[in-house]
Amino acid sequence: MATTAAALRLTGIKKSFGATRALRGVSLEIAPGEVHALIGENGAGKSTLMKVLSGAHEADEGVMEIGGRPYRPAGPHDARLKGVAMIYQELNLALHLSARENILLGAESASLGWIDAPASRERAQAAVAQLGHANLDLDRPAGTFSIAEQQIIEIARALLTKPQVLIMDEPTSSLTLADTEKLFATIQRLRAQGVSIIYISHFLEECRRIADRYTVLKDGETVGSGAMAGASLDHIVTLMTGREVKDLYPRTEHAAGEVVLEVKSVASAPRLKGASLQVRAGEIFGLAGLIGAGRTDLLRTIFSLDAVDAGEVCVVGAPGVKATPRARWAQGLGFLSENRKEEGLMLTQSIADNITLTKHETFGRCGWINGARQRTVAQHWVEQLQVKCRDASQPIHQLSGGNQQKIAIARLLEHPARIFLLDEPTRGIDVGSKAQIYQLIGELAAAGKAVVIISSYLPELLGLCDTVGVMCRGELCAIRPRAQWTESEIMRVATGSVEPSSDPSV
Amino acid sequence: MKATAAKLLAKAGPFLGLLVVIVLFSIPAETREFFLTYHNFKIILTQTVIVAIGALGMTMIIVSGGIDLSVGSSIAFTSVVGALLIQKGWGPVPAMLAVILSGGLIGLVNGASIAGLRLVPFIITLGTLGVARGAAKWLGDNQTVNYDASPINSWMTTSDPFGYALPPGVWVALVLAVVTSLLLRNTVFGRHVFALGSNEATARLCGIPTTRLKIAIYALAGCFFGLAGLFQLSRLRQGDPTVAIGLELDIIASVIIGGASLSGGVGTILGSMIGALIMAVLRNGSQQMGWPTYFQEIIIGLVIIVAVFVDHLRQGKRE
Repeated sequence: MATTAAALRLTGIKKSFGATRALRGVSLEIAPGEVHALIGENGAGKSTLMKVLSGAHEADEGVMEIGGRPYRPAGPHDARLKGVAMIYQELNLALHLSARENILLGAESASLGWIDAPASRERAQAAVAQLGHANLDLDRPAGTFSIAEQQIIEIARALLTKPQVLIMDEPTSSLTLADTEKLFATIQRLRAQGVSIIYISHFLEECRRIADRYTVLKDGETVGSGAMAGASLDHIVTLMTGREVKDLYPRTEHAAGEVVLEVKSVASAPRLKGASLQVRAGEIFGLAGLIGAGRTDLLRTIFSLDAVDAGEVCVVGAPGVKATPRARWAQGLGFLSENRKEEGLMLTQSIADNITLTKHETFGRCGWINGARQRTVAQHWVEQLQVKCRDASQPIHQLSGGNQQKIAIARLLEHPARIFLLDEPTRGIDVGSKAQIYQLIGELAAAGKAVVIISSYLPELLGLCDTVGVMCRGELCAIRPRAQWTESEIMRVATGSVEPSSDPSV
Repeated sequence: MKATAAKLLAKAGPFLGLLVVIVLFSIPAETREFFLTYHNFKIILTQTVIVAIGALGMTMIIVSGGIDLSVGSSIAFTSVVGALLIQKGWGPVPAMLAVILSGGLIGLVNGASIAGLRLVPFIITLGTLGVARGAAKWLGDNQTVNYDASPINSWMTTSDPFGYALPPGVWVALVLAVVTSLLLRNTVFGRHVFALGSNEATARLCGIPTTRLKIAIYALAGCFFGLAGLFQLSRLRQGDPTVAIGLELDIIASVIIGGASLSGGVGTILGSMIGALIMAVLRNGSQQMGWPTYFQEIIIGLVIIVAVFVDHLRQGKRE
């Protein structure tokens, strides 16, 4: 794609924060109508680069050009006017305002402060039509739309200023496979209209599918770039990590033993209609399905975070007591929330407090806590899981996503749990941490623990699990050994496009 | 560079603030002679007692992610209860216990409503603010409740009848501050208070009985507010149902100036105590300068805004 005038060209961009050199020389070139994957581990400098590009930070050194002309944005608003729009990973919508008001936010058609309703309507409608979603009801509050539709609203907002370059940061991290497909269609459509897209994602398979070219960042520098077609993922991973990652999903020897958890046609309003499953010691059980299919609800119901309306959850070898999360911990279950920041961790509290929260009372006598012992225990896990931190008394919010996740998992290990319920354990974390967590899950199974894992990322489930169950519309429709599944077969069951071929109780 | 400065400011802020106001009031000619004297500091400490004891309870509540707006009314209610009991001939110790427990009762109602009805603390305690104030007036038959002399009256005098160097109220506040600080930092209860305020969902997920915990926090804090009511009674030597209107705002301000975050999970007793002292020093110094009360109000208002701005800097650091 050698064109004379690149849509965007960055040369030797450098940026430091105090002593930290976040960007040490990044170069990047994107042709008009090109989808360009920006790849790198967490901390490689992707976010800083995008902030420089979208005007939130100013580069210390280096040249930026758009369409051959120098580009130096004075701020995010100026960047938008000059043709660079950014869509952040976390959606930025005012949920109580209507979809239309959200699309037009900050760019309302108005005269003397009075909003020109017909013109507004038209512009918002044109933007969603450009994305192929002309049928969205723009009068509804943004909060009533699905996550995927909310994302469309965000993209529509970005399109109002007719950008030449659109930056998408982890756009699929909260989308289901089906919604991801729709997003890809939207991206293709924009590409055909000549919009250049910078696509940032941890999912390399996705990047390979959607992107024309890629650039890999490591430690604030461009370490490689090229055409996506024909590039090997192993090569890209090696560039990212600077080391060879041979097998992301290690197969640790483990054999399934006795049944330790039995779920009998459990239901919980409003989403979970019915699910039965058995998990054995030493087994890794995967739960697949679209978002909203009830996977998280099933795990939360097993852990008594949601009420059991019908059916039964039996933890083998543990007395049946009143089901509360506290009782579940006592029975040897452990739950990892899909939402680290909102539910999983106490961000303002220390690593030690976060790891030991389920068993504070064991760290001393008469309600008194021995802080030194608590920190020693935490330090053990910090070393064991190679958590990058100052020490065990550091507050969680200062750690990177991958390290935060390791702390969240350490809580289950320390408790110690024998049945691990893991909801999206690798979401939004870097490849290095992912590989470590896969390794850890394998070791847990080898040590005879039972693991139930939810993931929207099918290669992960198929690479890791012994058994995979697929949920659809609140029901667990099919459970089969991994060897009997393929990605497309899982999707067929998850989208309800086939009658399940096997009996769920088998 | 900027981040380090903000961090330092947030950490040492309350100490520096206290030092600055003390130094500022020591310089002018009007106050130079009296301000930095033992006797004046005794007065300041005595004037701090009620807000400080209230701030002990409030720190627990704010760290747990809650708020209590009913404190001023609770203090009025409990002091009227105390006055009535003494009038009826109760001894100082039973009367004291009854006053503290009546504060605990209001806290229990607050906590049970917040946890049981799942409404935000702001709304519930805004309601009890009115209820407790009305109840105090009702009990006192809409006037102050007077009684003959009681030993309780001497707990807050600066004339030092006991030879303790400081009035009993100050010692009680100091001891309770140490105890509460240890309670929050080194006990399961205290760590769970922080857990609840830092992230209630995590606390629930980790099996912490959040409903019971909330009720316990508000009830215990209510006992502190009852004790503050007792010292209010001791200071006025009568039960006044219209006393301490808006005092909860001074107490909340002390806790916030002391570095606690209104979003929960952050705060220290030491900070709150310094916050309470800053407020008292400001009042005392302004009076000695002969400034009119409206001027004091303006200054204290500005101090609160500066303190919240520091809180904001700290929050901003988090992302």
